[in-house]
This record gives sequence, C-alpha cells and structure tokens, in this order.
Amino acid sequence: MDAVKRYFRSPAAVLGLVLLLIVVGMAISAGYFYPRDPLALAGRPLIWPFANPRFLLGTDNSGRDIAAQVFYGARISLLIGGVATLIAVTIGILVGALAGYYGGWIDNILMRITEAFQTLPNFVLLLVLVAVFGSTLATVTIAVGIVSWPAPARLTRAEFLSLRSREFVQAGRTLGMRDTQLILREILPNALPPVIVYAGVVMAVAILLESALAFLRLSDANVASWGNLIGLGRDVLRVQWYVSAIPGVAILITVLAVSLVGQGLNDALNPRLKQR
Amino acid sequence: MRILSLAGRRLAASIPTLLLILIGVFLLLQLAPGDTVDAMMAQMGGGDAATARELRRFYGLDLSVPMQLTNYLWRLVRLDLGFSAIYGKPVATVILERLPPTLLLMTSALSFAFFFGLVFGVIAARGVNRWPDTLISTVGLIFYATPSFWFGLMAIVVFSIYLQWLPAGGFEDIGAVSTGLWRVLDVASHLVLPSLTLGLIFLAIYLRIMRASMLEVLNLDFVRTARAKGLDETRIITRHVLRNALLPMVTLIGLQAGTMLGGSVVVETVFSLPGLGRLAYESVVQRDLNTLLGIVFVSALLVILVNFITDLLYARLDPRISAES
Amino acid sequence: MSSTAPILSVDRLSVRLPKGADRAHAISEVSLSIAENEIVCIVGESGSGKSMMANAIMRLLPQGVSTDGGRILFGGYDLCTTSAAEMRRIRGADIAMVFQEPMTALNPLRTIGDQIGEVLDIHTDLSKAEIRSRVLTLLADVNIPDPPRAAKAYPHELSGGQRQRAMIAMALALDPKLLIADEPTTALDVTTQAQILKLIRELQQRRKTAVLFITHDFGVVAEIADRVVVMQHGVVVEHGPAAEVLRKPQHAYTQQLIAAVPPVAAPPARKLSDETILTLSGVAKTYRTGGFLGRGVRVTHAVKDVSLALPKGATLGIVGESGSGKSTLARCIIRLIDPDAGSILLNGEDWARLSRGDIRQRTQKMQMVFQDPFASLNPRRKAAELVAQGPIVHGTPRARALSEARELFALVGLDPSAADRFPHEFSGGQRQRIGLARALALKPEVLVADEPVSALDVSVQAQVLKLLTSLRERLGLSIIFITHDLRVAAQICDLVAVMKDGEVVEHGLTGQVFGSPQHPYTQALLAAIPGGDFARTAQG
Repeated sequence: MDAVKRYFRSPAAVLGLVLLLIVVGMAISAGYFYPRDPLALAGRPLIWPFANPRFLLGTDNSGRDIAAQVFYGARISLLIGGVATLIAVTIGILVGALAGYYGGWIDNILMRITEAFQTLPNFVLLLVLVAVFGSTLATVTIAVGIVSWPAPARLTRAEFLSLRSREFVQAGRTLGMRDTQLILREILPNALPPVIVYAGVVMAVAILLESALAFLRLSDANVASWGNLIGLGRDVLRVQWYVSAIPGVAILITVLAVSLVGQGLNDALNPRLKQR
Repeated sequence: MRILSLAGRRLAASIPTLLLILIGVFLLLQLAPGDTVDAMMAQMGGGDAATARELRRFYGLDLSVPMQLTNYLWRLVRLDLGFSAIYGKPVATVILERLPPTLLLMTSALSFAFFFGLVFGVIAARGVNRWPDTLISTVGLIFYATPSFWFGLMAIVVFSIYLQWLPAGGFEDIGAVSTGLWRVLDVASHLVLPSLTLGLIFLAIYLRIMRASMLEVLNLDFVRTARAKGLDETRIITRHVLRNALLPMVTLIGLQAGTMLGGSVVVETVFSLPGLGRLAYESVVQRDLNTLLGIVFVSALLVILVNFITDLLYARLDPRISAES
Repeated sequence: MSSTAPILSVDRLSVRLPKGADRAHAISEVSLSIAENEIVCIVGESGSGKSMMANAIMRLLPQGVSTDGGRILFGGYDLCTTSAAEMRRIRGADIAMVFQEPMTALNPLRTIGDQIGEVLDIHTDLSKAEIRSRVLTLLADVNIPDPPRAAKAYPHELSGGQRQRAMIAMALALDPKLLIADEPTTALDVTTQAQILKLIRELQQRRKTAVLFITHDFGVVAEIADRVVVMQHGVVVEHGPAAEVLRKPQHAYTQQLIAAVPPVAAPPARKLSDETILTLSGVAKTYRTGGFLGRGVRVTHAVKDVSLALPKGATLGIVGESGSGKSTLARCIIRLIDPDAGSILLNGEDWARLSRGDIRQRTQKMQMVFQDPFASLNPRRKAAELVAQGPIVHGTPRARALSEARELFALVGLDPSAADRFPHEFSGGQRQRIGLARALALKPEVLVADEPVSALDVSVQAQVLKLLTSLRERLGLSIIFITHDLRVAAQICDLVAVMKDGEVVEHGLTGQVFGSPQHPYTQALLAAIPGGDFARTAQG
C-alpha cells in the first residue's frame, strides 16, 4: 500500500501511467473506431493531416488511413513488446537463478552463453534470426525475446549471488530446506522485484527493436505496424514527411510511457534513494 | 604490466565466447532456406541442377554439417572468411571496404554520447531535484524513447531538406574530387547527423548512469572525509567524486558496444552510409549468408576489442583491479 | 587536566530531524565544553544522538537535518551561524575529524600520501616537496612502518589499523585545536583497538590537543577519558570527571551501561557433564582463490586441524579476532560449509561425512543462530511463519507449527501477539529473539551461535545473553558460542577455545584460560580489552 501511495506521489510516474493507458485504450478500441482493415485502400493517397475530416491524420502513399494504422499499430507494438518481454524475462530468470544459486561450472557455462549473446550485437543476431526463420509476427516476437534475455539474466544472477550468501538463506538451509525450496520460496520472492521493474526497460527496448526491424521491412508486412509505416513514409520524406513523423511520435510516446512506469515502479518499490 | 596481463587474460577468456558465437550462428544459418549456391544461381539468372551440384562440391557444401563447420573454422584461422557470391569478392575484402565508415561512426557517436552524458549527468546530479535536474532528466528520457531511425529521418527533413545545412546521406560527395583537409571536412559533415542519431540513445543512457553514479558516490563516507578536511564543493567533485563516478560509465562502454554496433545497422541504412551495418542489412535481404556470417565474426571481434580497451581503461582508473590478480 | 577557558563550548544545542523520523529532535538542548589538552567522551547507544553531535560541530549534518537553536562557540565564532567559507577554513585546520570505518572514509582511488597531503595543500602555501616531506613525518608520527611505501599505497593495500593511523595522520596534519573522533576503534579488532587508543592518547598528550571522543563502550571510556558525557535519546543524562562517573554512576541509564561492561573474570565454574555430545577432531578447511590455468592460486587455510569437545549441557566459546577462522569453523560444524578433513561426531554420527540429504534430515539435532538480526530473517515472511518454517519443513502440519511458534514467542520473551508482524517492525534485540525461537522450534540438542549479540547495543546484549543462559538451563541445550568479545565469552561460556589464524592456540575452562592465560596471544588479547584495569579494580 505504501508503494502505491509512493507511486502516485510522483508526477512523472502518473504521467507515464496515463500515457500507457491511452496507448492501451487505442489498442483495445481500434476495432471499434476503425472496423475496416487498416491496410485496405481508404481514399486518395497522401492527404495531409486535418485536410479531410474523414482522415484525421491523413493517408499514406497508397491511400490507407494513417489514424487507423496508428490505432492498430498500438496493438502490434504492445503485443510484440509484451510477449517478447515475457519470453526474455522468463529465460533470464531461469538462467540467472540457476547460475547465481549453484555457481561453479553451471554458472560458468551459463555465463559463457550469456556473454556470447551479449558479445554478438543484438540487432545483428535479430537479422540472422529473421533471415533464417522468416518475418512472421510470431517469429519476430520470439526473435526479439531471444535477443533480449541476457540483461535480465545477469540481473537475476547478481540478485541470487548476493541473496544466496545472506544469512536468512543460510538459516533456511540449516532448517533443512531443499534447494528448490530455497530458490523458490526464500530467494526468488526477494530477487523478483528488481527484475520485474527491469522488465519495463526490456519492453521499451523490445518495442524499439521491432519497430526498427519493421522500418527495414524485415518484420511482418501483413500487419499494420508503426515501423512499417515509417519505412513506407521514407519514400515520400521530402514533401509528405508527416507519413513518417506521426507513427514515430506514437512509438516515442509508448516507449516513454513504459519507461516512466518502470522507473516509477522502481522508485516506489525501492524507496532507499529517496529516504537518504 | 600487471594491468596488461590482466586484460590479456580477459582477452584469452573471450576466445571460447567467440567460438560459441561462430558455431551457434553457423549451425543457425544451416537452417536457413537456400544456401550460397542458390543465391549465386539466382544472381546468374538460374541454371541447371548439374551446375548447382558442381558448385556445391566446389564450395564444399555437399559435405556433412560438422565437416563444413570444421572447414569453416579452419579457414577462419587463416583469416579466410569465404567468398561472397553477391559481391563477387572474398568476404574479407568486402568487409574491410565497409569497416572504416562504421568505425568512424561508432567512435564519433560514442565520444559525443560519453562527453555530453558525463557533463549533463554531473550538472543534473549537482542540482538534484531542482530545475536543471528535472529538465535534463526529462530530455534524457525523451531521447531514450526516440527510435533512432525516426530521429534520423526527421533530422534529414529539418537539416537537409528544409535548412539544407548538412548532406542527407552518403559517406562523401562523390562528384567533388577533393583531397586532404577538404576531404576530411566533407566526410565529417556527412557524419554529423548519423553520429547524433546513433549517439542520442546512448547519451540518454550515459547521462542517467552518470547522474545516479554521482549521487551514489556523493553519499559515500570519503566525501564526508573530504568535507571534514575543508575542501570546497568544486574540489570535492573534481578530486574525489568524478573519478569514482566514472567507473560505472567505463563499464557501460563495454556493455553497450554490441548494442551500438547493432544500432549502426539502422543508422547506416537511413543515411545510406556504406558501412558494416548496411552490409549486414543488404546481406540479409540478398540472402548472402557467407557475408552475414563474416559480419557476425567481425562484429563479435569488434565488441571484444572494445571490451579489451575498456578493461585497460578501468584498470588505469581503479588501482584495486590490478591488485586482485 | 587544565582549567583554562574551553576551546569549544556547546550551548543548549538542538538538532532537528526531518519529518517522519522517530522523534522530532536528534539532540535537544545539549550543553558541553572541552578545554585544551582534555579528552571528553560522549557515551551512548545507537540513537542517542552522539554522532549527530559530532556532525553538528563540523556542520556536516545529513540532508534534511539542521540545527534548531543553541550555539557552538569555537575560537570566537558561532559555528552554527558562521559563513560556509569560514567553516571550510576551520574544518581540517582547526577542527579535524576521524571516522569509524577507515576503509570507506578514504578515497579508494587515491594514494594515502596524496590524501594526507591534500589537507596541507588546501590550507597552507607549502610547496609540493615540503608537503611530501611533511606527509612522511606525519606517517612516522602515527607509527606506520615504512612511511615512504605507505604514502604511495592505496587504501586497500593497508590493514585496517594502518588505515586508521593514516586517518589520524590526516586529521593531525595541521595541529588542530580540536580532534573529533567518532567511534574510531569500533570497526577494529581488539588488539588493534588497544594500539589505536594508545596512539591517540600519546599524540594528544604531546600536542595538547582537545579531543572529543565518541563511543558506545564504557571500557574505552575507562581507557581514555578525562571527562564523560552520557547521552540517551538526544539528552545528556549525566556528565562529570571520568573516574567519578565510572565509580559512582548516578543516573540509572549510566549504571545500566556500566553494568553491561562486566569484568572479564568468569563466574564460578559450573559442574560439567562427563558425557560429550559433540566431538571435533582434526577439522580443516582450505580455500583456493583466483588462479587461472594453475597460475596465481592463493591458498588460505581458514581452519587448521581443530579438535575440540563439547560436554552435554555446556557452552563452549570460540573466541578470536576477524580472520581467525572462527566463523568458518562454526559453518563447518553445521555443514553450511563442507570441511576438507577431520570428523564432527554428534551422537556417534560423523557430520563431516554425511551426505547433503542426510544432513537435511538431521537438522533438528543441531541449529544455528546468526549474527546479523537484519539479514538473518527473510523480510517477506511474518514472524510466526519464520519460526514455524523449520517444523513445517520436517513434516509438522502447518496449523500446529504456527500455534507452537506462538508458544515459543513467550519462551524467548516476545509478545505472542507480535507473531503476525514482519521482521522490519521489530528492533534488533527482538529480531534476534525471533532468530533464537526459529532455531529452538526444532528442539535441537546443540545450538551453534555465531556472534549472536555483537550487532546489538550493549544493554540489549545483556538481555539476550541472560535469555540464552536461562534457555540453556531449561532446555538442556549444549551451545557452541562464537564471539570476538572476551567479556561476552566470560559471561556465558563454561569452556573457551582461543583461535588465531585458523588454529586453536589455547583451550580449557573459561576461568583458567582467562585467569591464567598460557599462550602469548591469549595474554595479548586479554591485555588489549579496553578498560580492563577499571573492570578488575572496580569489581574487586
């Protein structure tokens, strides 16, 4: 309860939550406001925003409604960002917990693998994965998740390393607890909050990664996504720059919202810095 | 000397990592639809199955996967990255041609991000929770949330199309045959927007870390000791806080090297820079898997090199490191 | 002692805490004065406001904390109101300070010589060469061996005692009129503490410096103080010449504090059982650290060939300084660490050779109490759950384990209604009682207690020790008691073993070992106890 109160005391955190709710609202209401396929031809191409009340944000090079694509794009961004984050954090916690708790050769092997993933530039690995497995919505989501797990794994490992030698864990061991009990019931609940907060960062990066992929036309071209639209607008950048500009603002706001909420959660859950 | 041997040992320890990456990506690429010969045949406009078989044998693609892997690694030892069917040149040559723009871009983006991240981080920490801090932190957050390719495009719209201050893309003016200083200036003007674009997100990260690290160090006991000695705030910052606060920043350079190299793929594409990142993109689009694997190898090497340099730097800054060995 | 005008006088000083703290003022209306060539000790437990006092004088109060009325007169200035620039000129030159933790009080990235020279650099016009030679003289003054090498060393390259000497050299660089020492020996081992106290005393006498010495330990007071100021909850409860306060304490709190520093002499020996419950023979543990491809391996013999026996119902104290291997030994006994060699016989079973699974099934027989009352309780579990954990793991139904936990609360002197609270809602002493209840819930035969009272204030220490003694009688416990504090060991242990560098150098009945120590190291330890003379004469 204190944490909730602390969260709402920070204007930045509240702003982040409001923005995030707006984006989520857009994703949910997309079908209501724009029942037609957002990728279907809607009108004359390249109508400027506010020029025609039917197309509030104008139309793109092939005459599709930009506003509709922005609404449906919220769905794609949140879906890919959310699921990829879930994948990344799950792998990360698993790897980090095993490495941090057991140490020794298990830690050695797992950390070598983590290091390999971090040494290979994540976007290059993403390109390789897309080159191999193709660019459907599912493969892109999984690929983004796979390139994003090393950071949460390192964080979880660090938490486990420090908690493992904490006296209350040793006490659990002297009481006769098994490793699984110690990991799941003693260490994990204490290690989880920072990792969950970090998921905000993972999600922000995941959304940015997917939009970059879509911008390069390497993501699923059959769904309305912000990155796709920006890539499309690049062809008419000289004059109709708004085609690229509008979805970019949508990405910015979404990533900003996710980061602000993550940071707000962090400050609310770890009030240490504020107390000093 | 001790520092060097320590960093050298870290370097040696990264050989298994490199091997792991190469084997992993090599096996991954075996799953890709189509191989180099398919790409070649497509380039030639098709051909019969006999030619394809002949070519496969010539490139050793008819061998078992483990054999192919062994061959590849053995050629790698001799710095032979294979042949690019698309570019009609050895992969090593193609990559070497594309390396300089990427190295320049990364160096300038990193310097920009590091320097301004440091300065703004210090300013924000000095005025913590007052307006300079709020302003800097807010702008930092917005930078962090800005997709770099979008920022690049908008920068082109503003600075190249409307204001016409800077070129919209390319590495140098192809029309003008310039030499010496003029060429340097020409290249520099082409690198301004890409460096800003690539550096922006890292500026945001560095500034946030520097601010947090400054606040952390300012709370440490030895800062109180410095105050008790009678030092003024400026000297406390310059003599005691800064160097301690820099340590996490240096660590971050190493950690972010891979991310930055990945970011250059997008930025080089936006600004049509003939660099490694753009090459990676092109080889994916053209299914030039040999080149892609070569890029994976070179970029991993680059990241390891950057980490080696940051290790040296860290050990220079922190005497406790060399003592541990 | 001199009767000259005071160098520093604090006049009805109050320091206000930020909103939301446990009280409004850290210190309220405190007055005290120090004359030249005088050592004044401020004594109090945590939360008494004694450290705030030091910080207020230096005007180094934490953010949000500020003085609220009163004056601090020093050299014609009121330090509460003087300008920041003037204050900076005074700090380091006229008033210097030594802190508790010498490791963190020194900048890890700069050399010792550099950090000492900095004081001279900012307050004087000396040239670089002059500063360098002054630094070497100062280091020699504080008896650091090989000053040129120490000047070039970084803090992590010196021992704790040497670091504190360097801090003292830094503080005395400009011959300040007043030296404030904030618990300067608390983080040090007892033998090092004795050396540092002696050094401060000598330097003070030579230079006629006034010293404001802050401590929680009346033993230290007896060792060093001319006058004493006793503080409790931000108020001075008693003050006067040291000898008088020590002999005839007037205030109940002072009496309690002095009683908490009992003599090192052991109480009359109890009759010990002939039956031995736990036998260690040849226990050893070696650590290998670092090393890559067989190079640079560092071998630490943490425990070397330790053989001891614990009679049933007795308490065996294992005493030693940090790094003596006593904690490693405790963890080997309970098998948190696997010993390399030797046997640990409990009821005829060798715990050193049991598998992990077998140990898990036998944990009811031997339990542990940990040092840090804050780190040893899972912050996310309620007190009753913490205590019931052990029985639940061993198959007791949850409801019954929880109700038994409440009974245990009464046993360890806690209100059973507190069972539903989380650890952070308890004080340090109460948390240690919860830790004790958790260990007792499994009805162990042997209890291994690793420094169970060293993180507690002295008055709380006494209560917990009393509880432990009474539980031993009532439950027939046999206890291995690890401590660095010889006074504590003397109070509770029937037998003691003195450890140094992983070896037991001397062991036997507490009365014998402390009464007529044979090994030179035991003799040195006993001689180093602060206020040892006071304790012996006062009680004798």
